[in-house]
Amino acid sequence: MSQDTVGAPAAPRSTNLLRTGAGRNLGLVVALVLLCIVGAATAGDTFATGANVLTILRLAAVIGVVSIGMTFVITGGGIDLSVGAMVALASVWATTLATQQLAEDIHWIVMVSTALLVGAACGLVNGLLVAYGKVVPFIATLAMLAGARGLAEIISDRRTQIVSNNSFVDFFGGSLIGVPVLVWIFLLVAAAGWVVLNRTTFGRRTFAVGGNAEAARLAGIKVQRHTVALYVLAGLCCGIAAVMLMARTTTGSSTHGQLYELDAIAAVVIGGTLLSGGRGTIVGTVFGVLIFTTLNNVFTLNNLSISAQSVAKGLIIVIAVLLQQRFART
Amino acid sequence: MTGIVKQFPGVRALDGVDLDVRAGEVHCLLGQNGAGKSTLIRVLTGAHQPDAGSIAINDEPVRLNTPTAAIERGIAAIYQELDLVPELTVAENIFLGHEPSSFGFSRRHEANTRAREILEGLGHGEIPLHRPVGSLPAAGQQVVSMARALSRDARLIVMDEPSAVLDPEEVANLFRVISGLTARGVAVVYISHRLEEIREIGDRVTVLKDGATVATGLDARETPTQELIRLMTGRSIEYVFPPREEILTTAPTVLAVEGLSRAGEFAELSFEVRAGEILGLAGLVGSGRSEILETVYGARRATTGVVRVDGRELKPGRVQSAVRAGVGLAPEERKSQALLLDEAVYKNITVSTMGRFARGGLLNGAAERAAAAKLVEALDVRPKGVERPVRNLSGGNQQKVVLARWLLRECRVLLLDEPTRGVDVGARSEIYALVRKLAASGVAIVLVSSEVEEVLGLADRVIVLREGRAVHTGPAEEIDEHRVLDLVMEGATR
Repeated sequence: MSQDTVGAPAAPRSTNLLRTGAGRNLGLVVALVLLCIVGAATAGDTFATGANVLTILRLAAVIGVVSIGMTFVITGGGIDLSVGAMVALASVWATTLATQQLAEDIHWIVMVSTALLVGAACGLVNGLLVAYGKVVPFIATLAMLAGARGLAEIISDRRTQIVSNNSFVDFFGGSLIGVPVLVWIFLLVAAAGWVVLNRTTFGRRTFAVGGNAEAARLAGIKVQRHTVALYVLAGLCCGIAAVMLMARTTTGSSTHGQLYELDAIAAVVIGGTLLSGGRGTIVGTVFGVLIFTTLNNVFTLNNLSISAQSVAKGLIIVIAVLLQQRFART
Repeated sequence: MTGIVKQFPGVRALDGVDLDVRAGEVHCLLGQNGAGKSTLIRVLTGAHQPDAGSIAINDEPVRLNTPTAAIERGIAAIYQELDLVPELTVAENIFLGHEPSSFGFSRRHEANTRAREILEGLGHGEIPLHRPVGSLPAAGQQVVSMARALSRDARLIVMDEPSAVLDPEEVANLFRVISGLTARGVAVVYISHRLEEIREIGDRVTVLKDGATVATGLDARETPTQELIRLMTGRSIEYVFPPREEILTTAPTVLAVEGLSRAGEFAELSFEVRAGEILGLAGLVGSGRSEILETVYGARRATTGVVRVDGRELKPGRVQSAVRAGVGLAPEERKSQALLLDEAVYKNITVSTMGRFARGGLLNGAAERAAAAKLVEALDVRPKGVERPVRNLSGGNQQKVVLARWLLRECRVLLLDEPTRGVDVGARSEIYALVRKLAASGVAIVLVSSEVEEVLGLADRVIVLREGRAVHTGPAEEIDEHRVLDLVMEGATR
């Protein structure tokens, strides 16, 4: 466990600060601060403004929610490649004429529940395939990646569907106490994720299943059922992300969420969650997301190309993982 | 080999072993589990480096630094778990690592011809060269393994319990192959627990005990069985077993197993364990000991039979059902089957009782730590910190953590599989005392150990297993180590 040392007696064992959970998060803070310094130095007048900070947070919010779900799946020893496709399918399904008509008649909550249900259902299929079908997570979710995006294209006929419900757009596109609703949602999901992972039996089981599935089984944990729950959770997060994306772009589209799986995995991994499972940190994931979004922002403000961003992103991932391996070897 | 010493952390696995093998003979290596046979083979095949002692081949001292070095000196080994690649064909397996080739292209034709020759030399020309090895029966795989050794011009072949996986007629075949080998001047080191086999195929016998040679060069046919068993069992290490306690005849039966079978593993096993009683299962590796425990626990599904705890039947193949009924398992492979190595001690202790420390799913960490700390104190786990990752604890203390987990659950039945494996001698007596104390508190315990002395010393009642069947049941005090070994070695004295 990483950051869960609150209330514990001071751990005397570690001489190297970077080996402790707090130390690892400190490394992420340092990286983020460095990025901000670079941003302020190169594009000071536009970067260091309140409006720009909110822009970064708004952009981070959607992929952030997806990454929280991904953190759970990876900590539990799995992986989910289908998150982007699930976001697309949920956004399309929630914006079909029929759904929007229903939302017009009743309330926009219909669109929200549709997106959440579609996400959770896809996650359920993933989970059942992995836990009971014994399909390796990589393959099961790869199939979902292809299938869900294809289904989204069929449903939408590859057309972008405009969200016509104004109160939906107004609510999710608006602000609360000066902070965008999207950012509030991200904060809520992250906080809830932290509590669940670090303070509940569900979280404890996630660590056990991801760390040593056989030992968990012999200790009496329902490993298969838990695995299903983890993928449903990831799907649910994708449903939430779809709602957020619908509000930000006022559209539902089968091209939403392209490559989200890679962005989410990258954020989770540089945050310090172990790809092999058994160790995961929500705080680290949040920092991972913020680092990548800030990087994008700094590059964009300096008129650097998307390609240059990708190169920088690749370098960050490699450096972060190399550092982690160095410090994990105790 | 002279004066071979091999030190592992905490254990002196080999402590002065001498072994000399002549060309063209079958030299048998005898010894109980843990006597050091496997380590000795690993030294001989270059997998381990000895800390002292020397090895000479044809009077020429050699250093076998790597497995390759040993192979080049003509030493090959056939391990218990065959080291073949199941997906590759027979011919590919035989030449694995030294395929005939030119300029990086394999010369398939030559490989096939030579493979065919070698197999025919072994009297098994009928084995198809292009079949994947995984699809052959065990005996066929063994022949391929031997062909592999011969393809390297081995002059000494070590066979580690080659008959363990074979049927009687296959064993006869194996013996024919061995005779063929020795006739060509190849030396064979043969390891087996079955004395009758040693009588049939062996020339000379070396006996190992506690990592040292206790007798060498004995005649395989003439040496009396009693003598061999005496040499194997006479121990130097004394274990301290806690005194037994009277089990009241009124004590209720807690665990009842009836007609339990699992195809290919064990058959028709019935026993009862009363509150406060320790039942020991003795038998060789492969006699089905661990499988029985795992089946009782529901980790494996029984083919037939029922398990009852306090009179209630458990759902077969469901760990949940067993745990809920109050059954706990301390599995054989502690690290891979029981512990979350990177997690804190307290989380390992509470993993099966988590619900008790949670309200609405929210865990009360302080209560968990307090409960774990109490057990750490009671069981004298060292060091005492409950926040420490279990990985940093010694084997004995890790075992105590596993026991603490089930103590916290106040379980009715405890299944202990090799409770002292990897536990050093000092900590053993502590574990023994703990197990006895648990029994005294009314828990029914089933104990499995490959060390006969441990089973006899700790258990109240013993079941002796041979090839998945109970061949003897009775009070532990009325049977001794010789008799148990006699029974498991297929009635060698008859």
